[in-house]
Amino acid sequence: MIRVVLPVHLQTLARVGPEVQLDLNGEISQRAVLDALEARYPMLRGTIRDHVTLRRRPFIRFFACEQDLSHEQPDAPLPAPVASGAEPLLVVGAMAGG
Amino acid sequence: MSGVRVLVGTKKGAFVLSSDGKRERWEVAGPHFAGWEIYHVKGSAADPNRLYASQTSGWFGQLVQRSNDGGKTWEPVDNKFVYDGVTGTHQWYDGTQHPWEFKRVWHLEPSLTDPDTVYAGVEDAAMFRSKDGGKSWQELPTLRGAKGHLWQPGAGGMGLHTIVQDPSNPRRLFIAISAAGAFRTEDGGETWRPINQGLKSPYSLPDPTAEVGHCVHRITMHRSRPGVLFMQKHWDVLRSDDAGESWREISGNLPSDFGFPIAVHAHEPETVYVVPIKSDSEHFPPEAKLRVYRSRRGGDEWEPLTKGLPQQDCYVNVLRGAMAVDSLDACGIYFGTTGGQVYASNNGGDSWSPIVRDLPAVLSVEVQTLS
Repeated sequence: MIRVVLPVHLQTLARVGPEVQLDLNGEISQRAVLDALEARYPMLRGTIRDHVTLRRRPFIRFFACEQDLSHEQPDAPLPAPVASGAEPLLVVGAMAGG
Repeated sequence: MSGVRVLVGTKKGAFVLSSDGKRERWEVAGPHFAGWEIYHVKGSAADPNRLYASQTSGWFGQLVQRSNDGGKTWEPVDNKFVYDGVTGTHQWYDGTQHPWEFKRVWHLEPSLTDPDTVYAGVEDAAMFRSKDGGKSWQELPTLRGAKGHLWQPGAGGMGLHTIVQDPSNPRRLFIAISAAGAFRTEDGGETWRPINQGLKSPYSLPDPTAEVGHCVHRITMHRSRPGVLFMQKHWDVLRSDDAGESWREISGNLPSDFGFPIAVHAHEPETVYVVPIKSDSEHFPPEAKLRVYRSRRGGDEWEPLTKGLPQQDCYVNVLRGAMAVDSLDACGIYFGTTGGQVYASNNGGDSWSPIVRDLPAVLSVEVQTLS
């Protein structure tokens, strides 16, 4: 079971609470988690990563285990505590604007 | 019992303002989509309870929301806007070519006859259409073939911000793009051509009368006279009496011919409204007086409408999509400001009062007349 914490605007959009839980098998990577997240909540497609390129949107960041994982490769394994469900993957709206 | 519903898009959410036919007391609902930029909300003429909203964010991108109950509840529909075929390039600020990149939806225009058909004007400028109530979007790509390589973004981006349908001919559409100009299709969007003859943009274009490149801010028409178009350009107010084939200036005695919105009275095709703004570098009213100007002669001669509007220390702007009319008798006129006020007149502009004073900056105003 993978835990994902969404920013408040995406919680509203998906009509979920702060944390969603996903059942995933195999390698636990950013791509695998986001694929599963978007399959469960199709309204999130295009809001975290680009529809076509599937690249992370510029002002979205990924954190877990107090590490910024935003620049990790999409298929790189996520930290073991995320894969085990001990820690959540945080999807965060970057500090931007003013 | 007749009534009106005013659909307001703001920098931080959408609001629905409702009143009966007297338009004296208002109910304010919202914010819907709180915290998001709502570029446009518009209802279907074929089904007034069907609304579409463009919801956008620098963080989370573009969403389109649909309501089937007049804005009480909403559901997200498809937000995948992918340019058709080879994306191509347009002119960039330094004169080089730059690839088209989707940024947001500026304008949603439901079909006059089918609530499931809706057009979307987007930035970077292109036209999309959905025939299934927003469940999927397809580009009308030949528009970008109308000299798109010469289009260049204005300071506000290269947005397709205006879509006008000819009520007498569903295959004829007029659109406007900043900063490319006005375009027309006669075949439902299969082919397009620029309609900018008569526009002059000195100091903006190397050739002030170029076929494309003009910063058109808004075009509008009266539904009984679809061949007559009115335009507020970056500078100049103009009209066309031949469906855009040629334009002539009608700025007349306006204190400034810079501005953004333009609207036509619902029952008087030659009565036109604009909101003069001081200049392109000072986006507030001349003399700090918020004045709507009305021409009852289709332009050239304008009278200021000031009753109920602030006549000192006013430094708000009225954006291109933030003015609309209802079709009650007497005609109601509505506009929203970047200061968060939505003003209404229930007497054709003779006097005004604020419906609300403290919304977020208003991006768009649309009105539905309900029977």
